[in-house]
Amino acid sequence: MSPSEFEQDPTRSDAAGRRPAAGDPLAPGATPDDAVLLTARGIRKSFGENEVLRSIDLEVRRGEVVVLIGPSGSGKTTVLRSLNGLETPDSGVLDFDGGPELDFAAGITKQGRVAMRDRSAMVFQQHNLFPHMTVLENVIEGPVRVQRVPRARAIADAEALLERVGLSDKRDAYPFALSGGQQQRVGIVRALALRPDLLLFDEPTSALDPELVGEVLKVIKELADEGWTMVVVTHELGFARQVADEVLFMDGGVVVERGAPKDIFTNPAEERTRRFLDRILRPLD
Amino acid sequence: MDSSGWQLFLDSFWPIVWGGLGGTIPLALASFAIGIVLALVVALMRISKNRVLSGVARFYVSVIRGTPLLVQLFVIFYGMPAVGIVLDPWPSAIIAFSLNVGGYAAEIIRAAILSVPKGQWEAGYTIGMSSGTTLRRIILPQAARVSVPPLSNTFISLVKDTSLASLILVTELFRVSEEIAAFSQEFMLIYLEAALIYWLFCLVLSSGQSALERRLDRYVAV
Repeated sequence: MSPSEFEQDPTRSDAAGRRPAAGDPLAPGATPDDAVLLTARGIRKSFGENEVLRSIDLEVRRGEVVVLIGPSGSGKTTVLRSLNGLETPDSGVLDFDGGPELDFAAGITKQGRVAMRDRSAMVFQQHNLFPHMTVLENVIEGPVRVQRVPRARAIADAEALLERVGLSDKRDAYPFALSGGQQQRVGIVRALALRPDLLLFDEPTSALDPELVGEVLKVIKELADEGWTMVVVTHELGFARQVADEVLFMDGGVVVERGAPKDIFTNPAEERTRRFLDRILRPLD
Repeated sequence: MDSSGWQLFLDSFWPIVWGGLGGTIPLALASFAIGIVLALVVALMRISKNRVLSGVARFYVSVIRGTPLLVQLFVIFYGMPAVGIVLDPWPSAIIAFSLNVGGYAAEIIRAAILSVPKGQWEAGYTIGMSSGTTLRRIILPQAARVSVPPLSNTFISLVKDTSLASLILVTELFRVSEEIAAFSQEFMLIYLEAALIYWLFCLVLSSGQSALERRLDRYVAV
């Protein structure tokens, strides 16, 4: 994209690399569907001798939900963490629409990593809320400290977001006083408050008691329906099927198969995919 | 205790307390404040991936912990003049005690920083913070809570260790006691009185520690 086109692009980011907040606190900024937000090509990563990613390609369009499934150790979480700069791939290219474009083989600068982090926000398996801050303080920390949003505006925004996930009354509670499902919903709100272009979910319900999984999945589903772009790593296959636009099945550091959820779940082309689904859906057979 | 002994006890009580308030406590507070700052720097150096920095920090901690405090004090006060550095008793004492606290507290702070889960750093990064901001806003407040009990220990030890400063002519609680004891020849009485007054100071400091712990514990389930 040339600089002049960039100027006229109605979807362009503001100076901080994020889209301006819309009226609805949960709604992502207006964007044309199908515009590619993120392209990853040939992402490779080894931890010592252990090669965990062997050339991963990924494309995420705006408003799309991409779900990564696969056995433990298949590399799904490493892919997700690479998108947020929590892991640095050994080689490969990450190209965000509107920047940055990073070539890991050439090494990335601190600025590149910061620019990449500005585009996405992560929801962790273990929520990772800041235990010494109240719910509200957790949510406004990023907007106020990093994005320099005026405090009053950040608080109003955070309150609206908390209201949407049903946690208004927990505004001044400390994380230890919340249930696991509530903690994870705060984790989601903390990510949303940054107004990222891309939400990343790393097994957001794996650490929860079974009866608390639903309340978290419901929030994620609502966000998907409202047009947020997201990449989700999950073992909840029923949820994946409902929410995904595209499902990637990973095993052994490669994407074995990718496609629409109904194809992957009902008629997988690869034997490895079929075996994985059988193990999860019919563990006793 | 006969009545003249009791009278001596009363007469010497306030002079010894004043020795504490004017000598022991300011010496301990100043040394602790400087020592903690030093300890934080040394702890961060030890954690750093830079081998030179962590090596220097490791060496410093090893020397401080491996040599007697009294020897450190004497090297600074009696030894340094040999290389042309002459310091008064007070600056000598503050330097020696600060360096000593720096070595011990560095290990406490390092352990406290490492005790904060890695996910807290990542959560800081994902909301866009630099590692410096994450350290300051996210990690250190949590490390502070963990390190209050062991640092309080260090502080209380320091309060008592300042009695060594009497040997480099600093007028503090113990030196005042020594002078009274030498003058009155009532060694048992006066040194027990000094012990009692140290103990009273430490009781007050311990209750301060408890109050600080309660304040820092407000965000954890008990």
